Amino acid sequence: MITLPNARTIAVLLLVLAALASVPFLGDSFYLKLATRVIVLAIFAMSLELLIGYTGLVSFGHAAYFGLAAYGLQLLSPEYDAANLLVALPASMALAALVALAVGALVVRTRGIYFIMVTLAFAQMLFYLVRDSAWFGGSDGAFIYVKPVLRIGETVLFSLDDRTGFYFFCLCCLVFTYVLLVVILRSPFGQVIMGIKENEHRMQALGYNTYRYKLASFVIAGTFAGLAGFLFAAIDGFVSPELLGWHQSGNAILMILLGGSGTLFGSLFGAIAFVGMEDIFKERAIFGPLADHWQILMGVFVIAAVLLLRRGIAGWLVTWTGRRSPSLQERDDA
Amino acid sequence: MDSVFLFIQILNGLQYGLLLFLIASGLTLVFGIMGVINLAHGSFYMIGAYMALSLTQLTGSLPAALLLGIPIALVLGYGMEGLFIVHLYRRDHLDQLLLTYGFILILNETQSIIWGDDAHGVPVPSWLDLSLPLTDTLSYPVYRLAVSGVCLVLAIAMYLVIQRTRLGMMVRAGESNREMVEVLGINIRQLYAFVFSAGICLAAVAGMLAAPIESVYPGIGEQVLIISFVVVVIGGIGSIKGAFVGSLLIGLAQVFGQVLLPEFSGAVVYALMAAVLLWRPTGLFGRA
Repeated sequence: MITLPNARTIAVLLLVLAALASVPFLGDSFYLKLATRVIVLAIFAMSLELLIGYTGLVSFGHAAYFGLAAYGLQLLSPEYDAANLLVALPASMALAALVALAVGALVVRTRGIYFIMVTLAFAQMLFYLVRDSAWFGGSDGAFIYVKPVLRIGETVLFSLDDRTGFYFFCLCCLVFTYVLLVVILRSPFGQVIMGIKENEHRMQALGYNTYRYKLASFVIAGTFAGLAGFLFAAIDGFVSPELLGWHQSGNAILMILLGGSGTLFGSLFGAIAFVGMEDIFKERAIFGPLADHWQILMGVFVIAAVLLLRRGIAGWLVTWTGRRSPSLQERDDA
Repeated sequence: MDSVFLFIQILNGLQYGLLLFLIASGLTLVFGIMGVINLAHGSFYMIGAYMALSLTQLTGSLPAALLLGIPIALVLGYGMEGLFIVHLYRRDHLDQLLLTYGFILILNETQSIIWGDDAHGVPVPSWLDLSLPLTDTLSYPVYRLAVSGVCLVLAIAMYLVIQRTRLGMMVRAGESNREMVEVLGINIRQLYAFVFSAGICLAAVAGMLAAPIESVYPGIGEQVLIISFVVVVIGGIGSIKGAFVGSLLIGLAQVFGQVLLPEFSGAVVYALMAAVLLWRPTGLFGRA
């Protein structure tokens, strides 16, 4: 059973949430955009954490569903008019879910290193398809000229063009994703997928059709990656094939490692750390000419993080607040 | 499609497949024996291609560049294994993915600093810069035949080393039962260092040989890495035989995909992989 965070951890989480909620009131549009990125990427990492941290499936192609839903928004947006959020958002997520179902039906048959390689290979196939097909706007990407709006009948209730409103919309999506994933993990279905992570053969012996459970988990994760991709496309109003690329998948895994696998909320800390480091590495005032080649700094940081940081920020937080989640405990015992 | 054209396509497919084999065989051995997934494997193909570029400019000849490049690649592989990969043997795949992903970021950016972001060409050695006329209009470049020949020689040498020597016996034993090899008193650390550096060296050699055929450009290693993954998945992890069959299949599928289905040529190899996975989830020669 996934344990709920204890009171101190919840207090820290609420504090972080309050800090995030206060960002728009700083009145700095740069930081508002940065915080929007953090929140959207946290949703993306959290969706992958369902696979990596709770189902035991290390997917290295998760960006495919993120990027496809981003393109979903682009394709559903009329050129000079706003798309309706009520149509475009579910449709984009459904697109991600459908592709995740098709790819998942194949990849979930494999395990371990095969699974990693096959998810990566199919994601790259989708990447090349999007990049090379004229339908998607080619390798330079495509613009969404008018941001989507929430429209019922003829009345526009809310537009994502409003930076602050969009930010709070993303924050609500993050909380919604977190709560829904916790509910899923605490349900009988969640028990089964966590059992699969521990010992798939035992779950099979108990009579569970583990293939179906793993596939369902893969599709749920893909759908939430789609939510994140849709929101990401709305930040800049721009999509490019790189959104489906394997660097994007690698970044999501990096966020999970930084945040600490085994806790859902770790993804939020991972996203904060990732976006923060990226922003610092690009800072010429600190790194001088190396800032132009910040990928090197990121690479060194990644390697150091793997070698030195074993349980991520969440692991450290959970230790500090006094109670360990079972999966973290186990990693230490191993 | 007439028979000469078909013949040329088959030769191209085999040549591409043989080159892929050099990369995929190292990848599959590192997976199979060391249990490590190395994303940076393709980066050494890229390093090989750029070494061919610079060392050919320096020495004026591609064979000399090869002779210089091989020890450099071996040292790079040995250093990477001893300093970084060694920490990954007891870690899960997640950590392996990320650490080697960090290497990709560093190596790609280093390449961009040293050589810039433009595409470069490497000249074919003049004594191989010939074409065999097949008909009045069609001919076949000798350099491609030479590349296929070198790859075949390397593949046969690899087969002989693995099947006929004591070292090869250790490699095979390490692939089938790691603990037993250690218990029998074989220095598994040295074996790992050897397998890893040899794999890196083969990838770099493939990059050097391919440089005159393809142009040398940033990101050249990443596409090759993904295709090599497809080869390993089709052949089965740890199986050299599987890597060989898989490479040739993918080489032919890629070339014929471009000729027969030009709009979907990118997707043909993945469709092949999907078909193999449906039939045998652990690859053609893989163990369950």
